[in-house]
Amino acid sequence: MSLDDATVRKIAFLARIEVPDQDLAPLAKELSGILDWIEQLQEVDTDAVEPMTGGTDMALSWRADNVSDGNYADKVLANAPEAHEGFFGVPKVVE
Amino acid sequence: MAELTHLTLAQARDGLRAKDFSAVELAQAHLDAMEKGRELNAYITETGDLAKERAKAADNNLANGSAGALEGLPIGIKDLFCTEGVLTTAASHILDGYQPQYESTVTAKLKDAGAVMVGKTNLDEFAMGSSNESSYYGPAINPWKKNDDDSPLVPGGSSGGSAAAVAAHLCLGAAGTDTGGSIRQPASFCGIVGMKPTYGRCSRWGIVAFASSLDQAGPMTRTVRDAAIMLSAMAGHDPKDSTSADLAVPDFEAALTGNIRGLRIGIPAEYRPDGLNEDISNLWDTGIGWLKDAGAEIVDITLPHTKHALPTYYIVAPAEASSNLARYDGVRFGLRVEGESLDEMYAKTRSEGFGDEVKRRVMIGTYALSAGYYDAYYLKAQKVRQLIFQDFVSAFEKVDTILTPTAPTPAFAVGEKTDPVTMYLNDVFTVPASLAGLPGISVPAGLSKDGLPLGLQLLTKRWDEETLFRCAGVLEDAAQFPGLLKGGEGRA
Repeated sequence: MSLDDATVRKIAFLARIEVPDQDLAPLAKELSGILDWIEQLQEVDTDAVEPMTGGTDMALSWRADNVSDGNYADKVLANAPEAHEGFFGVPKVVE
Repeated sequence: MAELTHLTLAQARDGLRAKDFSAVELAQAHLDAMEKGRELNAYITETGDLAKERAKAADNNLANGSAGALEGLPIGIKDLFCTEGVLTTAASHILDGYQPQYESTVTAKLKDAGAVMVGKTNLDEFAMGSSNESSYYGPAINPWKKNDDDSPLVPGGSSGGSAAAVAAHLCLGAAGTDTGGSIRQPASFCGIVGMKPTYGRCSRWGIVAFASSLDQAGPMTRTVRDAAIMLSAMAGHDPKDSTSADLAVPDFEAALTGNIRGLRIGIPAEYRPDGLNEDISNLWDTGIGWLKDAGAEIVDITLPHTKHALPTYYIVAPAEASSNLARYDGVRFGLRVEGESLDEMYAKTRSEGFGDEVKRRVMIGTYALSAGYYDAYYLKAQKVRQLIFQDFVSAFEKVDTILTPTAPTPAFAVGEKTDPVTMYLNDVFTVPASLAGLPGISVPAGLSKDGLPLGLQLLTKRWDEETLFRCAGVLEDAAQFPGLLKGGEGRA
């Protein structure tokens, strides 16, 4: 599986990681190397195999649908790089 | 007071209860050792003042009879556990300055049991690595060196700082986390005991998430008994983690009966690939002999999908990581790098905040989950994961425990391995049990020709940590591993 620069640019955008143009080719080579190695999974016959979707076969527990936590906006915002009047601050989104 | 750092956790516990020394003295001895051992870079943050305060409180509890199971015992905490009011970094630039407003369940339980946190230990960034070299805070260094070579060696990873700190007697034990071997492999590299419980035994709440279907906390100590004591305090059901098991926590220390007569030990053929390191291959044979001499029955088994475990892991774990790490967006905590738009701010923050290995994994995971590739990669990996699990299910119909090497090599030099896939191969023997959610333990069992520690790994079926500890105790007794302090002063 060989990734081209355009595909790496697309993945980087989906992952919201800025990759300068000059880094695209080396990164494509690196990621292709990893994917080539992973390719060996294709030799395993998995017809009629149920996917394993988690780390445990225990049923997840239920709880009452009640509010059990909260009401501390100051704590939630305590680590925000930018916070105003009980809200997170972000760059202008709507033009 | 330096000799206080030579005690095992169990010895220190008993000494505190017998009033041979105080918790304040014990804490101070470890804080002094940490100061002398700073060149190991085992701790990202030392919490000396907090430790002294907690030690004082522990002395009060010991005096008035309200002591917990770990009262007054100095421990390190991998800097992946959120600790209230104490810088928590995951060894990443992107969590610059992050002070959690809450305490993880596991560290809260350790605290409630009376343990004294002395610092937050170094790790690979977001626990992604096998050498501790991907830490934003620089690599932790293995306190062991080759006999004839002074080059600094890696402590393994990702819980490398924890392993280095325990091996160098900079704490009595440490809390680590294991996603694909991150407790067991560094334990092997540093000559200590590292135990990953069954997935779901310890709550994941408040642990910085890497791969949620694999992440599991566990103890790292100098003896099997110490690991059993620590795990009893760390484990237990937590309503805040829906995958934590609603099962009673056994007294794991009581499982150390020393008797494995009649226990069936499986030896999987696939764990001895062509060209396996000769020291490790020989040590494995020696270990088989020890268990046989103790009365166990040795059974050859096969785990046919072993060779596909690593590539499976390198789809499943990055896929989960790409989702978990989406939260680092420069809005709610940590680093922010300004941009013209919201998207640009995200991309710049994540580009500067994440290191190379984290970026690689997030991008591999993003790709594996993206439209058109999901079935070929992620679904395929989930199916192979099922086959790997079923291999173990079949094996445990014939045996009680499985014995393997922990890692394919001893510790290597800092900077020696630069190719990602070569680095991934470190976890070849630990990843299969992680994918299957099984408990595993690495016990220091011998030294390589160069004088470096080597571990052997034991695995059992889910929820059977008691058999694991029982068997590990026998292995430990037979191995008589000297520990870093020559002459075995550090041992029970």
